[in-house]
Amino acid sequence: MATITVNGESRTIESDPGTPLLWYLRDEAGLTGTKYGCGQGVCGACTIHLDGVAVRSCMTTIGMADGKSITTIEGLNPDGEHPVQKAWRELSVPQCGFCQAGQIMQAASLIAKNNAPSDQEIVDEMSGNLCRCGCYQRIHAAVRLAAGGA
Amino acid sequence: MTMLHYLEQEARKAGTPVTRAVIENVSRRQILGALAASGFVLSVRIPDAAAREPLKPYPTGGEGMPHGYGKASDPHVYVAIDGDGAVTIFAHRAEMGTGVRTSLPMVIADEMEADWSRVKIVQAPGDEPLYGNQDTDGSRSMRHFILPMRECGAAMRQMLEQAAAAKWGVDAALCRAKAHHVVKLDGSKKETGEKIGYGELAEAAMALPVPARETLLFKTPDEFTLMRKGEAKIVDLRDITTGKAIYGADVRLPGMKFAVMARPPVLGGKIKSYDAAETKNVPGVESVHEIAGVYDVPRKFGQLGGIAVVASSTYAAILGRDALAIEWDHGANASYNSDAFFKQMSETAAKPGKVIRNQGDFDAAFEKAKSTLTAEYHMQHLVQAPMEPLVCVARIQDGKAELWAPVQSPYGAREDVAKALGMKIEDVTVHVTLLGGGFGRKSKWDFMIEAALISQKLGGTPVLLQWTREDDTRNAFYHTVSVERIDMAFDDKGKVSGFRHRTVAPSIVSTFAPDSGYQFPIEYGMGFVNTPFEVPNVRCENGQAMAHTRIGWYRSVSNIPRLFAVQSAVCEAAHQLGRDPKDFLLELIGSDRTLDPKALGFPDDFWNYGDPYETFPIETARLKHVVNVAAEKAGWGKKLPKGQGLGIAAHRAWGTYVATVVHTEIRDDGTITVPHAVTALDCGFYVNPERIRSQIEGAAVMGMSHALYSGITFKDGAVEQSNFSDFTIAPMSNFPRQVDVVIVEPKPGQHACGIGEPGLPPFAPALANAVFAATGKRLRNLPMGEKVA
Repeated sequence: MATITVNGESRTIESDPGTPLLWYLRDEAGLTGTKYGCGQGVCGACTIHLDGVAVRSCMTTIGMADGKSITTIEGLNPDGEHPVQKAWRELSVPQCGFCQAGQIMQAASLIAKNNAPSDQEIVDEMSGNLCRCGCYQRIHAAVRLAAGGA
Repeated sequence: MTMLHYLEQEARKAGTPVTRAVIENVSRRQILGALAASGFVLSVRIPDAAAREPLKPYPTGGEGMPHGYGKASDPHVYVAIDGDGAVTIFAHRAEMGTGVRTSLPMVIADEMEADWSRVKIVQAPGDEPLYGNQDTDGSRSMRHFILPMRECGAAMRQMLEQAAAAKWGVDAALCRAKAHHVVKLDGSKKETGEKIGYGELAEAAMALPVPARETLLFKTPDEFTLMRKGEAKIVDLRDITTGKAIYGADVRLPGMKFAVMARPPVLGGKIKSYDAAETKNVPGVESVHEIAGVYDVPRKFGQLGGIAVVASSTYAAILGRDALAIEWDHGANASYNSDAFFKQMSETAAKPGKVIRNQGDFDAAFEKAKSTLTAEYHMQHLVQAPMEPLVCVARIQDGKAELWAPVQSPYGAREDVAKALGMKIEDVTVHVTLLGGGFGRKSKWDFMIEAALISQKLGGTPVLLQWTREDDTRNAFYHTVSVERIDMAFDDKGKVSGFRHRTVAPSIVSTFAPDSGYQFPIEYGMGFVNTPFEVPNVRCENGQAMAHTRIGWYRSVSNIPRLFAVQSAVCEAAHQLGRDPKDFLLELIGSDRTLDPKALGFPDDFWNYGDPYETFPIETARLKHVVNVAAEKAGWGKKLPKGQGLGIAAHRAWGTYVATVVHTEIRDDGTITVPHAVTALDCGFYVNPERIRSQIEGAAVMGMSHALYSGITFKDGAVEQSNFSDFTIAPMSNFPRQVDVVIVEPKPGQHACGIGEPGLPPFAPALANAVFAATGKRLRNLPMGEKVA
């Protein structure tokens, strides 16, 4: 049994502690904003925050999060008005949108620790988040915009 | 050539300042008088309805698609207005990132003068007899549906005006729809200040008969509020950024189970034996089912067959599948090995093939040539790899089947699911969720048949069938593998006197008919027989290559390897002749002309992206124009530091003319980077410039992926790659950093053309040509690899 704070709400979880958070969130908690893209931690679509830091939820188990706090795209901001979310909309970043929750969570994690990232720091932080539609130009610009407004 | 009336209107106005055109169009003394008296601002005045011209439809291939336009121009099908004025518009094409779910409804909303902020979009289920063709691929949503969508919007607007006229007891000519209201005009056509909202008119308007097609009047471009502006955000933007957008795997039904399947690694493989004992011990696993495959050729989109593991969560199902012990009978395709196959294709390309286009006498030109060039270009298979792997939710209840899926072709899926379940099509419903990317894979509904069959095995219980990334990589309908060989002859003046293109590639047609090893007109029409060069002797030949895996389409299809070969060869020839590649390309395209397919020896069944050639001809002036625009914007000819270079490539596909200039910079370790790319395109009449730009920006990244990184290879019949760890796509650490997009303003008579696909093919050859300019090294195989040695 594990106790995890999910988007500010403490939850007692009886599932196998070896279950990746991705599947707990999607199939048990009903939080489908976090996406499955690869299951190997190589695409970033499932990115959430563990104690405020971006992690891949497909590689982070319930056990690893016991006693900690996680945030998903649904809980990033109660009104959906986090600076990163606003910047994403301002620059019309998404195409299909499927990877964007992960991108946004990764960007929010970067900005929380560095509110003036350089071009290269943005690239380094965001390089594990793949986008098949190819929204990278706008993702890069939106991270910069969000950082400026953070 | 028939022209749509709004294009004719533009024709008349070409070169004329807008304000003058307005006055000319209106040309009524009293209005001019009223304008003078009131100081009415021209730009906000309401033009007289008489300034609008009636519909003159033009032929497109849309009518010829399955179910054609259905009832797409009928507002009763596409538009609903509530009593409070809220407008609902149905989106019938699938949203996979192009923005079509926003852009097509926007056409209706603009034409009917709806306030966009009061419009709600509802995704239509798969019902082609009602909505018209829903097969969202081939870059044809706008190309084929702008006309019926404008008709639908114009009909709605005129019905609302008529309803207001009846209410006021005045002539409809004195009623003018404007910003979600109908306003009343006085005898001099000036606004009286009286107006009625759409909500109040809705019931009466909807009860009126739909105006006859020939009585419809379209808005003039200067009246557009949404089209051409690019100001409206995509309708799902907020939901996407807050995690609320619903994709295939986000559908939740009461009592829903989760499933994954084990499928044959080699096409045509069958289960010899299997043991599910350990699977059944995995916590959460509830049942295991053998699903029969479609083994008879052609398989079309039939399911591959295999073992389905049903569980209480996706993760338990995956663990259960991992625990399966399956012995496969791989069948005949186990002999498929990519290395050997390339060798074989290369040998085939060295020999004469089936002649598909013949103009002049290539052999004589080659014989007489002062010099020649022969080059061969290879491309590995590609997999579409949308970020959202395939997924489908299915349930069968009270004799009705219901499916939810991210599917590009919901009606085709519905027909085949009905057949697979042994049900009538009326008893099957297919709901379309958002697609987390498609790129052609989600046109094929094998995954939906699987989900339906699993639900049937469960007695109709709702089930979500999830494909893992590995499944998506290994059981796709792959972009074909190809060898393209180009031979060119040059005369003593340094002109190209002969051009021969041989293509050797397994055909898509192998998925639909017994495989002959030869391609078919749709593949020939993609950058093969229609290369628009002014060369006296041209021959296009197709060598035989049998398919050993499922061949499907991938964004831009055959254009990718063809354009890579042709545009690389052009640059190679320019170098050989000591010419500038851009000038040489322009010279090859030649004089301003409309290509005459017959005179050029195109095949009789020449495929023009599904459209009549008369409406969508190939015009060389437009192609040359985008080449010049892109070159100028990129600073073609500028001096660059060592290790940097520019490359160019251009084509015309899906009616759209595209030229891309890539600026490469080779890092010290040989890494190929792209600091800048420019794409100029002429897609004719355009609607949503902001989404056009996003498509082209994305095409540069996807182009970078297949240029440098992505390839699928086979060993003993099975795909060697599995996930993004070994089927790599461009990451943010190496993507085209700045992509400038120039949209050429349409000229009169130019219809809306494709956007989703045509931007992709030029990137790889432009990059290969840039790498050559930077290093002197010619890379002829895709993927080229991240580093140049």
